[in-house]
Amino acid sequence: MATAQTSVPFDDDPKLREQLMAVIEKYKGEQGALIPVLQQAQDIYGYLPIEVQKIIAEEMGTPLEKIFGVITFYSFFNLYPKGSHKISVCLGTACYVKGSRKVLDRLQDELGIEPGQCTTDRSFSLDTCRCIGACGLAPVMLVNDDVYGRMLPTEVPDILAKYK
Amino acid sequence: MADVNIKINGKDYQVPEGITVLEAARMANIHIPTLCFLKEINEIGACRMCVVEVKGAKGLVTSCVYPVAEGMEILTQTKRVIDSRVKNLQLLLSNHNRECLSCVRSGKCELQALCRLYDIKEDSIYDGEKPKYALDGSAVHLVRDNNKCILCRRCVAVCEKNQGVGVIGPNERGFNTYIGSPFNMKLVETSCIGCGQCIAVCPTGALAEKDNTFETFAALEDPTKHVIVQVAPSVRAGLGEEFGLPIGVGVEGQMVNALRALGFDKVFDTNFSADLTIMEEANEFLQRVQNGGTLPLITSCSPGWIKYCEHYHPDMIPNLSSCKSPQQMFGAIAKSYYAEKAGVDPKDIVMVSVMPCTAKKFEIGRDDQDANGMPDVDIALTTRELARMIKRANIDFLNLPEEAVFDDPLGQSTGAGVIFGATGGVMEAALRTAVEKLTGEPLADVDFMDVRGTDGIKEATYNVAGMDINVCVCSGTANANKVLNMVKSGEKNYHFIEVMCCPGGCVNGGGQPKQFADVRNFVDIKALRAKALYDLDKDRPLRKSHENPDIIKLYEEFLGEPGSHKAHKLLHTSYIARPMYNDPKSKR
Amino acid sequence: MNLQDLSSIKERILADVLEPAEKTRVLVGLATCGIASGAAPVMEKFKALAEGNDKVFVSQTGCVGICQYEPVVEVITPDKKKTLYVKVTPEKAEQIYNEHVLGGKPVEDMVVGTVLPSGSEELAMSLEDTVFLKKQTRVALRNCGHIDPEEIDQYIATDGYQALNKVLTTMSPDDVIQTMLDSGLRGRGGAGFPTGLKWKFASGNRGNVQKYVCCNADEGDPGAFMDRSVLEGDPHAVLEAMAIAGYAIGASMGYIYVRAEYPLAITRLRIAIEQAKEKGVLGDNIFGTDFSFDIDLRLGSGAFVCGEETALMTSIEGNRGEPRPRPPFPAVKGLFQKPTILNNVETWANIPRIIMKGADWFAGMGTEKSKGTKVFCLGGKINNTGLVEIEMGTTLREVIEEIGGGIPNGKAFKAAQTGGPSGGCISTVNYDVPIDYDNLIAIGSMMGSGGLIVMDEDNCMVDIAKFFLDFTVDESCGKCTPCRLGTKRLYEIMEKITKGEATMKDLDHLDELAHYIKEDALCGLGQTAPNPVLSTLRYFHDEYEAHIKNRKCPAGVCKDLLHYNINPHKCIGCGLCKSKCPADAIIGMLRKPHVINPELCVRCGTCITACKRDAVEVV
Repeated sequence: MATAQTSVPFDDDPKLREQLMAVIEKYKGEQGALIPVLQQAQDIYGYLPIEVQKIIAEEMGTPLEKIFGVITFYSFFNLYPKGSHKISVCLGTACYVKGSRKVLDRLQDELGIEPGQCTTDRSFSLDTCRCIGACGLAPVMLVNDDVYGRMLPTEVPDILAKYK
Repeated sequence: MADVNIKINGKDYQVPEGITVLEAARMANIHIPTLCFLKEINEIGACRMCVVEVKGAKGLVTSCVYPVAEGMEILTQTKRVIDSRVKNLQLLLSNHNRECLSCVRSGKCELQALCRLYDIKEDSIYDGEKPKYALDGSAVHLVRDNNKCILCRRCVAVCEKNQGVGVIGPNERGFNTYIGSPFNMKLVETSCIGCGQCIAVCPTGALAEKDNTFETFAALEDPTKHVIVQVAPSVRAGLGEEFGLPIGVGVEGQMVNALRALGFDKVFDTNFSADLTIMEEANEFLQRVQNGGTLPLITSCSPGWIKYCEHYHPDMIPNLSSCKSPQQMFGAIAKSYYAEKAGVDPKDIVMVSVMPCTAKKFEIGRDDQDANGMPDVDIALTTRELARMIKRANIDFLNLPEEAVFDDPLGQSTGAGVIFGATGGVMEAALRTAVEKLTGEPLADVDFMDVRGTDGIKEATYNVAGMDINVCVCSGTANANKVLNMVKSGEKNYHFIEVMCCPGGCVNGGGQPKQFADVRNFVDIKALRAKALYDLDKDRPLRKSHENPDIIKLYEEFLGEPGSHKAHKLLHTSYIARPMYNDPKSKR
Repeated sequence: MNLQDLSSIKERILADVLEPAEKTRVLVGLATCGIASGAAPVMEKFKALAEGNDKVFVSQTGCVGICQYEPVVEVITPDKKKTLYVKVTPEKAEQIYNEHVLGGKPVEDMVVGTVLPSGSEELAMSLEDTVFLKKQTRVALRNCGHIDPEEIDQYIATDGYQALNKVLTTMSPDDVIQTMLDSGLRGRGGAGFPTGLKWKFASGNRGNVQKYVCCNADEGDPGAFMDRSVLEGDPHAVLEAMAIAGYAIGASMGYIYVRAEYPLAITRLRIAIEQAKEKGVLGDNIFGTDFSFDIDLRLGSGAFVCGEETALMTSIEGNRGEPRPRPPFPAVKGLFQKPTILNNVETWANIPRIIMKGADWFAGMGTEKSKGTKVFCLGGKINNTGLVEIEMGTTLREVIEEIGGGIPNGKAFKAAQTGGPSGGCISTVNYDVPIDYDNLIAIGSMMGSGGLIVMDEDNCMVDIAKFFLDFTVDESCGKCTPCRLGTKRLYEIMEKITKGEATMKDLDHLDELAHYIKEDALCGLGQTAPNPVLSTLRYFHDEYEAHIKNRKCPAGVCKDLLHYNINPHKCIGCGLCKSKCPADAIIGMLRKPHVINPELCVRCGTCITACKRDAVEVV
């Protein structure tokens, strides 16, 4: 279960805070603004630590628990920081049928982490994702926004090397 | 609204348009089982217990939210319906800690009752993965055991909608959903106000008050201790329910006798200190009005409300009456005036209170609630805990004599003190005294009907001695929030506001006997219990606090006059602004 | 902006861009699938090559539907001849440019006909020449792969925004609704509710209450991506249709709820909205009428359930995306408690065409109760994966064998899965059933949004059902009991079966529980969650029995039921498998047959890959 404890201390950069305040200001008074604000807050900070959630709660007059409930409902939101390269393996049907599990296994072996985790040097984080709609290329993995299609497990080390 | 013709289980009925199938069935004397449904605040159709067949509908429909329509044919007891409810219960049990034998809610558990009704066996055929949740007993007033939670979200609904607090909610999703606080903070780290409304509506044992009965029994056993008890007005209006009496039957006499039977050295009445509160608070009000003090003055009897104000409206703290609550005033007087009179060392006194309230457990440990260098009150029990003690002591409650009197000298009270338990009661009691003080003439009519009733927000204006006094009465902190915002925006201009934390006031407090949602949804519990108090008030020979002879004597012999230095030292307190969340990182 | 302006834009763009008399057009497919396959460098290459050559016009476009053969490039010469190239690389681009664009001679060994048959002796030069497209009828996809989605003028040149003009200047709102009713269009997002009826329910009290028009672009079914293709290839069609609906029901505000996983679609939608506002086809007083309509985007945040209409609205409102009970229906109380209509992307994409060509034209396509066309995403074990749009009533056989080109590697067709986690598996028994809403439901599946995953003999149907269930368990919002706990327990029973730990009694439990969830869950996601189980139970009961009674997985998929053996007659004792085995489960002396210890074996298959003699057998 999630707690406020993270291994990475929160960096309260005034520039980032200014950006966040601008986002909140933009949406103030708009109906249903919470989720766009959280999305953009995550774009700013990379994740949504308790410190950021508290600012949003206070500025928008929304209970912190409601914000936390929303964040933990959607898989897109992160409570913890991500690696500088985000790897995501599609486990959609087409990819699954074509062996994306084995690609994931190989990634786990190479990086020494489980899905949802981040390497200790914070260079890579590994996740699985639902169908990204590139089924013609199955199995598919993403590194940041780069899509790698028709993946073979043996190709994993070379691809990782590109990002090191 | 027009009527519609419907059929329920083959019989024809005419029911008002716009009501739900559940309500229509109720009119036909058919009680469809529910779990998640709480009228007006939790109409989410989530638990699926109340499903029925409606001809032409795709699947089964949830009667709690499904509106009736002309010509609708409803079947409530078919095999299809029953099978579905059975599966539902089996699934709920598959993820439920089934330690019914030791559960505090056993016998009062809505899930258990339904399982018995539908003959659900304990060995669930769907047993599988079962998350293990740690208990949260961090707050002084309650324990959350999510292993017993069925995710009906009734607690979330009262916390958010009635109380405007919202420190608990559903987190994560799917099978991993659980009710908790942000970042899994302990409840004590949040801005929970301790009202216990969540406990009152929890259908299972997932939420329960912290039990202080064992330490009370231990104190009673201890020969070196002088154990005295005070009982809040609302307790006598609710306690009977624990022993099977209908809602709203007052049991003042049996209650006093039961307390004596339990072995308390003295049985006192919090009504006495309610009268005392009026003396101090009416004086404070008059002072503020006459000397240009901070207005509106806001009452301070309700510790849940006080904590709410400290967390959510700290800027309004100057408006709060500095008067302690009746519970605390009582303790302060008991350990000074009474101790002196009775010749008991205050250190040997164990002051027990029985309250309809869980926030009182928090209040006794607050700062500045220890006038005599020791806590004013030592143990705060809820009505439910008192019932538990009476049962455990094998006392035949229902057959106890109905006649009984409280002990002197802190036992006598007026009708004004009695009605403290209902929303508007403190205001009315205060008005009875303040108006007489302002005008200098006796009141012709002591009934201030405008401030009575269970509405969440009430207001009235009284012309007293040539001055218009605007008063407001609200209950449920969500309503208090509304009122305060109106005051801050200048939309409203009140002189005096009574706030009770729980909707309907203390009679509906978080420590009162539990009633199934099945009852809550169709009966106005708070109105019935309040009636018991107003009946007592009506029959009291004295109905104005300042006419209470014991109160008069207390001022003559001990305190001097309302607002005196001594009264301030003993009967008044202070408040602090509290953060919304303690930072869990900086904690420990 | 008026009709005259639209026409003059159309004339200009046709002359200058889409059908220029003296220019050769080079269209590079730059949808997500194209980009993922490397289309961006191809585009750069063509641009660089054509730099300064005013006889060549290089442009991006959306997806033509043959994702498997991306990057695809279409060359249209001034004589309007189309040639489609597949699997183009920057190097090949140079060759195409030199030989075809400049030299006028198509590069035949790269054209689409090399991968897709034409159905005749002729080599298919363009997609139109292939059986793949000949069997299709493109309405929703009409512009995908033909225009630049980031240029509103190109959309206008294909008669874009003329439908909106027609509606605003010549039709009453009720006429519009009547047209929708007459067309017989049903929602393409899953349940197939008649679109006109939905609009009609929301049409009361026009002008007096705030209403909303929503577009469901939260396409989340694994294996379905037609909405993404439409948004990336023809975003204005959706905007135009939403405005039409706004006029019909009396709404002035629209929201598009689009998955955050579709960044390109989001970008193109943003550009489209911006351009539409600039042109005055969105915003205040559209076409000089008193009708005003605005559209805003809301991004999903990774919750499949938000594709359910009430959950989607709850999410736009800023909450956990939990569905709410109906009634009240969204047409009465929807977004922010106001009357709302919600249709999915593909539904919207049909609407401008219906307005322009008339309800009768649309109703002339399809079957009695399912009119028009449906887009499917072919995937899985099929030769031509990609996007196909077929007339309702086409059979599965036609889709798989003719359009899809059959099953690869000579394997046998076993089943097709439609409707994603809400749908079911169609077996060979129903190979010739015409595909429409009602037929699919009758055979235990559903249209869903249009994913069509083909499975061959190597797929275990129990495993597939378990896979979908795993998806639903993960995506269940957790609000109602049947879905939160029911699907989880259903999954656990499936797990028992695939581990060989189940009894036939568990099969009864499975069936009972599945029916209960179907009948009792709060929303569409929960109600349809058991479909994969129920349909496989119905058509592949023998496979379930094999798992339970024989502790065998006939397709050889369920790991726990597999046994790895080394054939002692084939094994030469080289030790390769032993050295590679991650579990140290293989023992044996050098040059002596090796043995696998079943206790230690994790059934990873490493030994099979390692063995050069095919000595490892799975039974």
